[in-house]
Amino acid sequence: MNEIILISVYIFVLAIFVGFEVITKVPPLLHTPLMSGSNAISGITLVGALISAGAGSSQAAKILGMLAVITATINVVGGFLVTDRMLEMFKKDKKKN
Amino acid sequence: MVTITNIVYLIAAIFFIIGLKNLGSPKTARQGNLLAMTAMLIAVLVTLLDRQILDFSYIIAGVIIGAAIGIVSAKKVEMTQMPQMVAIFNGFGGIASALVAFSEYLRTGNSLAIDGLITLILSLIIGTLTFTGSLVAFAKLQGIMRGAPIVFPGQKWINAILLTSALVLGVFVIFDASLVSFLLIIVIIAAVLGVLSVIPIGGADMPVVISLLNSYSGLAAAATGFVLSNNILIISGALVGASGIILTQIMCKAMNRSLTNVLFAAVGTDDSGGVSTGGERKKVTEYTAEDAAMVFDASQSLIIIPGYGLAVAQAQHILQELAELLENRGVAVRYAIHPVAGRMPGHMNVLLAEANVPYEKLLEMDEINDDFQNTDVVLVIGANDVINPAARYKKDSALYGMPILNADKAKTVMIVKRSLSPGFAGEDNELFYDSKTMMLFGDAKKMVTDLVKAVKDL
Repeated sequence: MNEIILISVYIFVLAIFVGFEVITKVPPLLHTPLMSGSNAISGITLVGALISAGAGSSQAAKILGMLAVITATINVVGGFLVTDRMLEMFKKDKKKN
Repeated sequence: MVTITNIVYLIAAIFFIIGLKNLGSPKTARQGNLLAMTAMLIAVLVTLLDRQILDFSYIIAGVIIGAAIGIVSAKKVEMTQMPQMVAIFNGFGGIASALVAFSEYLRTGNSLAIDGLITLILSLIIGTLTFTGSLVAFAKLQGIMRGAPIVFPGQKWINAILLTSALVLGVFVIFDASLVSFLLIIVIIAAVLGVLSVIPIGGADMPVVISLLNSYSGLAAAATGFVLSNNILIISGALVGASGIILTQIMCKAMNRSLTNVLFAAVGTDDSGGVSTGGERKKVTEYTAEDAAMVFDASQSLIIIPGYGLAVAQAQHILQELAELLENRGVAVRYAIHPVAGRMPGHMNVLLAEANVPYEKLLEMDEINDDFQNTDVVLVIGANDVINPAARYKKDSALYGMPILNADKAKTVMIVKRSLSPGFAGEDNELFYDSKTMMLFGDAKKMVTDLVKAVKDL
């Protein structure tokens, strides 16, 4: 195992711990937005898709890349927008203010 | 340039983490989502500056198509349809990761090192399985497929054999990276595996499945990150993976089931209701909306327990009207939300927020369970198993041990229900026959409308 992959494994494991710490604190009230928001974050694979679609050596690689760009963009754009739409609906009690 | 890109990726990762942290409170949540959006945008922009990218035509086409579909579906989706929307988006995330990994394999002309090949295979398996599994979950939630579990003999064995053969083929690829056909067979096996692992899961267990697929979509992104040696993918994928696992655990705990039981036991028959048990007819007292209004008139506190039946009947808006009417008459109204009230984690909160219920009134089980004993009236709509006292003591019941809302501790319990049929667990609910219970038979929307009218006429 070379050193680069080992560092990547370190990063992966530490990020999982950060994820556990941060997400355990999210109350059930917001679990649906959390899910759709984190879902949009998993669309980060778009970054890889851009390179595949733009730098692919063969036509096949580029087309696969483009399909990846489409699916990842749906995931990112749709995910963030719908999360925003939901969060906008969570309002405080007006009568108390 | 590589350094700059990596520094920007680090900033994006920090923004993602702060964004998720801000999602922890309704006051900061929207801002947190915007921060995560910004992070995604800067990560994408800096990637576009990469010198490896020679041809932008495929990128532009892909982004336009993807963004159009994303925008339209985000605007059009009904809040009741959120579970299937998240399910299908999980699937898209998963397949995107698998496609990127495969494209990278084609691009580097099988010169990937062993660790690259291992993670490539993992990415293909997890990504494809997430995709097909999500499609099945979507079909079940959308009603394209029946919600009932589909089981056949030897299902578990077939799944185990499929997974093993995919891994064995993977080992061959690791020794000889030019075996493209093996990679394609791995993809096909993973696709079949995704379908086979979700079809035996019943409609009522979908919250667990979506949470789990959410986690998988993150892990697929992380695996692709390993293939590309790209840290932002690894970090974000790990965050989402962790998030999905936490939500999976929470849902399992709320249903008093182990993950293994959810995935393999094929519980539940259909979305529309549980097993009907015969048994002797016990005495039930049926009341009218007018009777209920009189009780409301004499009470000071009310806790509403909404279940998914409420959303199915689209009665949440009229319910909020009733709540406001009662508040104006001096009744303190709050909502008690059981973790499984809905089709995905937190779903009921979104549905009620849409009906303009202020979020301070939405209380989770642990916050409100001790207050029931001091409450005059509990109004249960479209919920059943989550208030069944059998969960506390009846050891042979499927419900035994499941955390429930203490509705039975209130002075009066009103239950709006179509019939006396048991819930998903098939356990008769003794609370229906309790002397302090007022059964209000009828469709949720119609009954709440009648209640509104009756209260207005007081």
